[in-house]
Order: sequence, then structure tokens, then C-alpha cells
Amino acid sequence: MLSTTLFYIFSIIIVLSCLGVVSSKNPVYSVLFLILAFINSAILFLFLNAEFLAMLLIVVYVGAVAVLFLFVVMMLNVKNEEKNIKFQKYTPFTLLIVTVVFVEILYIFVSDDVILKNISLSENLSFKNNTIFLGNILYTDYFLLFQISGIILLVAMIGAIVLTLRSRIGVRKQVINKQISTSKSDVIEIAKVKSGDGA
Amino acid sequence: MDFIFNFFSEDIQMKHYLVLSSAIFLIGIIGIFLNRKNVIIILMSIELLLLSVNINFIAFAYFTNTITGQIFSLFILTIVAAEAAIGLAILVVYYRNKGTIDVKEINLLKG
Repeated sequence: MLSTTLFYIFSIIIVLSCLGVVSSKNPVYSVLFLILAFINSAILFLFLNAEFLAMLLIVVYVGAVAVLFLFVVMMLNVKNEEKNIKFQKYTPFTLLIVTVVFVEILYIFVSDDVILKNISLSENLSFKNNTIFLGNILYTDYFLLFQISGIILLVAMIGAIVLTLRSRIGVRKQVINKQISTSKSDVIEIAKVKSGDGA
Repeated sequence: MDFIFNFFSEDIQMKHYLVLSSAIFLIGIIGIFLNRKNVIIILMSIELLLLSVNINFIAFAYFTNTITGQIFSLFILTIVAAEAAIGLAILVVYYRNKGTIDVKEINLLKG
């Protein structure tokens, strides 16, 4: 009964903060609502015995992705709009798609689907340590996918650096090689000056 | 209306998680389609869509007593990080060149 109550509390918080993400006037508030949604989903993952993924969600989503969003939002100096959601010419299509997905939700509500009921096996969870179990599978059966996702991250990193790199013209930079290879005769001239001729 | 009462009175099953993830997915779609001002909000809506997919995968992994769903959720996390990095980099470059990220202003290919 307690877990049921907690599920409803956290899922209501998730849904409300998702609405906040979509409808906030200020993009900074949207990012903060996004962080709230991520943290509450991590708590829901803990209910589902996915401890490692819950922590990973906080580290990756909240620690990296949401902070990246916050950084970009604050860097780009976007003006506050008076209202985010307005009636557009695209709105009928939106309503169509949303209605379709909503009907699907209603179908889940109404349906006495045998598969969805018999599949519930919540009591007999055999594994104790989620991280060890995940690693055992990930590094054996899914090793190729693991390597490929690492390559994808590498490509994304290189791509982001290359995209945002710019070489400014007219900036005097420190060239260490040139500094080191300079000899004394290049920069200093020793002149014999008679006394009285200096001025 | 009887099934709604049943839905809220019974224990947490898979369909509760499915309804939650569909609701998040719905809000993400609304955010993508109704937002015509700010590209950053659209990227955040995509994050919401992927979050709902993650919830779906982990719920199925729990209720079928397997771990494969969690593995796939891990890969989705990787892809989301890559996608956010690339998308925000493109956004920064576009803002540097054009001075705006208004969706209505991005119509260079219109001819």
C-alpha cells in the first residue's frame, strides 16, 4: 500500500513537472522542471529494482545533460516570450497526434489484455545486486553494442568540439615553439656608445 | 467509469507504468508541436520522449523479471547524451551566425 501511494506521488510530480517543462515562459525554469522530472523518475526506477540505472540517470541526465542545457540557455540570452504555447496553423495536426496517443492510453485503461496481466511477476526477483548482474550481461552478450555506444560518444564529442570551434582572426597567441627557439642575438642588440653621444 | 476506479484501487502493475510513460510521451509530443518559438524547448521535449521510453523499458524489465530492458535503457542514456551534445552544439553555432534561435526564423532552405 505504501509503495502504491509513493508511486502515485512521484508520478504526479513527474507529470506536473513535464507540463512545466513544456509551458514555462522562461527556459531556465523549463530546465529546472526537467531536472525535477529526472530525479523523480530515478526514484521510480528504484521501485523497479534498477538501482544502477537510477543513479546513472541522476549522474548523466541531471549532472551532464541538464547542466549542458542550463549552460546553453544562459549563454544564448533568449528573450522571455509572453507565452510559449499559442494557437498555430499546426495545432490541428498536434491535436490529431495527441488524440491518437490518448486513445492508446485509454485502451490500456480499458483493456483486459491477458498478456499484460499474466506478465506481472513482481515477487520473484532473483538477483540481489543490480550492478553486478547488469555488468555480467553487458560485458558478455552485449559487448559489441557496448563498444559501438562508446564510439558514438566519441564521435559526438569530436563533433561538438569541431562544431563550436572557431579560429578568430587578429588574435595574438602564444607560440611556445617560437619562444623557445629565439636566441639572444635576435632580440638584443649590444651597441657601443661613446660617452656623451647617447642623447 | 468503473475501470478508472479499478485502475486506481488495485496494486501497481505494468499498466500503471505504461500509462505514466504514455502521459510523459504525450506531453513531449505536445511540447514539440505547439512550441514554435524556442528550439531549446523542443530539445527538452525530445528528452522527455526518451525518458518515457526509458520508463517503459525498465518497467518491462521488472515485470518480466529480465535484465535486457535495463541494458537497452543504458544504451538509450548513451544516445541521449550524444544527441544533446550535438544538438546544443548546432544550436550554439546557429545562434552565433544568425543571432536568433526562433523556429520561425529558421527558414533558410525555403528558397
